Amino acid sequence: MNIRYRIARLVLPALVVLIFLSCGQKEEASEPSVQNPATQESSPPEPAKAVGEPAYGDALVEGSIGDASNLIPMLSSDSSSHAIAGLVYNGLVKYDKDINLVGDLAEKWNISEDGTVIDFHLRKGVKWHDGSPFTAEDALFTYKVMIDPKTPTAYADDFLQVQKAELIDSYTMRVTYKRPFAPALASWGMGVAPKHLLEGKDITQSPLVRDPVGTGPYLFERWITGREIVLRANPNYFEGRPYISESKTRIIPDSATMFLELEAGGIDLMGLTPIQYTRQTVSDQWKKRFNKYSYLASAYTYLGYNLEDSKFKDKRVRQAISYAVNKQELIDGVLLGLGEAASGPFKPGTWPYNPDVKPYAYNPERAKELLREAGWEDTDGDGLLDKDGEPFRFTILTNQGNESRQKTGVIIQFSLKAIGIEVQVRTVEWAAFLKEFIDKKKFEAVILGWTIPPDPDLFDVWHSSKTRPSELNFVSYRNEEVDRLIEKSRYTFDREVRKECLYKIQEILAEDQPYTFLYVPQALVAVSSRIRGIEPAPLGIAYNRIKWYVPADQQKYKIAF
Amino acid sequence: MWVYLLKRLASMIPLLIGITLISFVVIHLAPGSPVDLQTEMNPKASPEARARLEKLYGLDQPLHVQYFLWLSRMLRLDFGRSFSPDGRPVADKILERLPITILINVLSLALILAVAVPIGIVSAVRPNSLFDKSTTVFVFIGFATPTFWLALLCMLFFGVHLGWLPISGISSYNADQMSDPAWLWDRTKHLILPVLISAFGGLAGFSRYMRFNMLEVIGQDYITTARAKGLSEMRVILKHALRNALMPVITVLGLSVPGLIGGSVIFESIFAIPGMGQLFYQSVMARDYPVIMGSLVIGAVLTLVGNLLADVSYAVVDPRIRTGK
Repeated sequence: MNIRYRIARLVLPALVVLIFLSCGQKEEASEPSVQNPATQESSPPEPAKAVGEPAYGDALVEGSIGDASNLIPMLSSDSSSHAIAGLVYNGLVKYDKDINLVGDLAEKWNISEDGTVIDFHLRKGVKWHDGSPFTAEDALFTYKVMIDPKTPTAYADDFLQVQKAELIDSYTMRVTYKRPFAPALASWGMGVAPKHLLEGKDITQSPLVRDPVGTGPYLFERWITGREIVLRANPNYFEGRPYISESKTRIIPDSATMFLELEAGGIDLMGLTPIQYTRQTVSDQWKKRFNKYSYLASAYTYLGYNLEDSKFKDKRVRQAISYAVNKQELIDGVLLGLGEAASGPFKPGTWPYNPDVKPYAYNPERAKELLREAGWEDTDGDGLLDKDGEPFRFTILTNQGNESRQKTGVIIQFSLKAIGIEVQVRTVEWAAFLKEFIDKKKFEAVILGWTIPPDPDLFDVWHSSKTRPSELNFVSYRNEEVDRLIEKSRYTFDREVRKECLYKIQEILAEDQPYTFLYVPQALVAVSSRIRGIEPAPLGIAYNRIKWYVPADQQKYKIAF
Repeated sequence: MWVYLLKRLASMIPLLIGITLISFVVIHLAPGSPVDLQTEMNPKASPEARARLEKLYGLDQPLHVQYFLWLSRMLRLDFGRSFSPDGRPVADKILERLPITILINVLSLALILAVAVPIGIVSAVRPNSLFDKSTTVFVFIGFATPTFWLALLCMLFFGVHLGWLPISGISSYNADQMSDPAWLWDRTKHLILPVLISAFGGLAGFSRYMRFNMLEVIGQDYITTARAKGLSEMRVILKHALRNALMPVITVLGLSVPGLIGGSVIFESIFAIPGMGQLFYQSVMARDYPVIMGSLVIGAVLTLVGNLLADVSYAVVDPRIRTGK
């Protein structure tokens, strides 16, 4: 599915670098991650509140392009499933609104001096939705399921780094690693599964796949395949009962239909495309009925080069293309101005981002100069640069169904024509694109995107050991210093050390330009104006979902108690 | 007749095996596998994880072994389990989507018949009249109109501007709390647009077809005879001509049997109706082999049965075919 960013309360480390899959005509980053809680309480109704005050009740209806597949967090990798599971389950840790790791089911944790042992001290008094008490047994059980070869999960790797996991007592779990491993802590954001319901059973056949039981703010109510998933508020949630009593996710596969549903009031919240945000939602009528939010998405789009291709081996050629591509033009043309130029693999304004590394400015003259230095000149006067009798031509591949990437390709094609490089843009269906082109390294250049994970681990995409078929460093970038810095930043918990390494890596990447980093889009959301309490933050808007409310006098749906 | 039936049924078996074999090979030849799609571009998925998933799905076996395993399960009517993360039985996934798909297609077919047959008859009886010409123009416009465009236009008009009809889905927010009549009305309102839109395109072909058949029949000698006997025009048309003109329609109905369970992806996506079209499309995109094969087998069986039904019922209504004259 097209990249839908749902940066849910719990962003699985797994989502780390999920490429934007696109299906349909969704734009990248048009889908911030907001999930739908559904609620229905069984407690007495609240006394009437003053106008505009937080009140319990009402429902939030959200549209989703795709149906969920499996509501056990470790078994699915699609964003729709994560969005729902993120409201039903808690991990041991989570990200707060400023993208710092904080306790969730773990109250606190201690990391040993040498960074190899983590003790998680868990909350007491938390109950599963079926009333059973939550203990450290559940956390240990979750770990065991993760590393069980019979569990069809794509996320086992971080857990396989664990040397030993043991219980100190009912509310303390000790995890020992071979060496300090920075991504380890974030990996415990994985939703904790209930031991008493899953132990000794084949997890793939468990009823929890479609009828989950968690500890989270919302309880599962019903799931009608392909139509809707309904949740209701957990009156005993340990962070307090959510205000909004019922939450429904409606599956509406077509984004044009979804937009009409929003206009007609059939849904309360959806991600918008840049066109919808800037042109179709600006009437006074709209402004009365909806609030719009925009924040920088955790994702970037890039033009990646096959570094094993002789044309792109010389970094001056790559730098030249970076100078020749006008990023502002891309942002204006593709995102209608709703985005920022990217300079590297991190999100502007977050701690790993190096503000001294500037995006390449548009400078076609400098581009031509660099190409000349690299031996590319127009010797036969046909308007195309050539070298050793070969004209400079290449094909940019991108995946089908992602309109903004296609537009990006066309604009780049035009910019490069101006400096004497002929580009073809070709789109390929996703599965074939991966199998036939990326895995076999049969490409010259690609336009793709990465999500930017909250934990800045560059290992999978940039380390030279990850250049084998079907691994993520498919551009075959190999740089010994970058390798060394990645390892150093990975095996320490000291943020200052990590920051220093990551800053340096960004400088090297800016010099080497294995990718031309293009842009970071804005996530754009419209929410019905009766929903209050939304406060956009670096993490997005979904982090304080349980604090969203509808004033008593504006409640639309009467939820039966 | 019975011998004929048995022969036809027996000839279906090799045909079905051929269809499944070709489908199986083609879908496995398509680049990408369910494992790739679940693990590619995912930094947390190691080669070990891939190998593990492949083994779980039996994709590490040679293709012919996979096919025979699948076929032997199929013979026991076991459709297997989906390769998607939900891992549900294929039969369940198909069965939960069939009712709504069949409902909409049956309603739409009924609507097409109810409208196209009269249009066809009147056009044939009064060829080149104003009615004939205007319906011709109208149905061809219908034929040429893109479904998705018309659907969105109707949603905008009836749903957003007038607020008369719901835009998508098949029930309202609180449908489960309604009384029975209210629930039925709610469901009906949700079905109006989808049924109208899906019938719209079919009207053109069918009414033209009806008109053509009717014209042919009206030119026959026995119609001239009937008129010469002094029967009223009404009686000639409705009693003598119509019966014969409707015969080819039986064939068309037989052929539309598989269509009743095959949804349309575009249409279902626009109206957010979870039908067979969506299921098939999504399973192809995810290379979910068991679901693809399950849908194909059902489709193939229904196509063959539909053909057979058409042939048999044709023989029943037309003595010339039965007696081979």
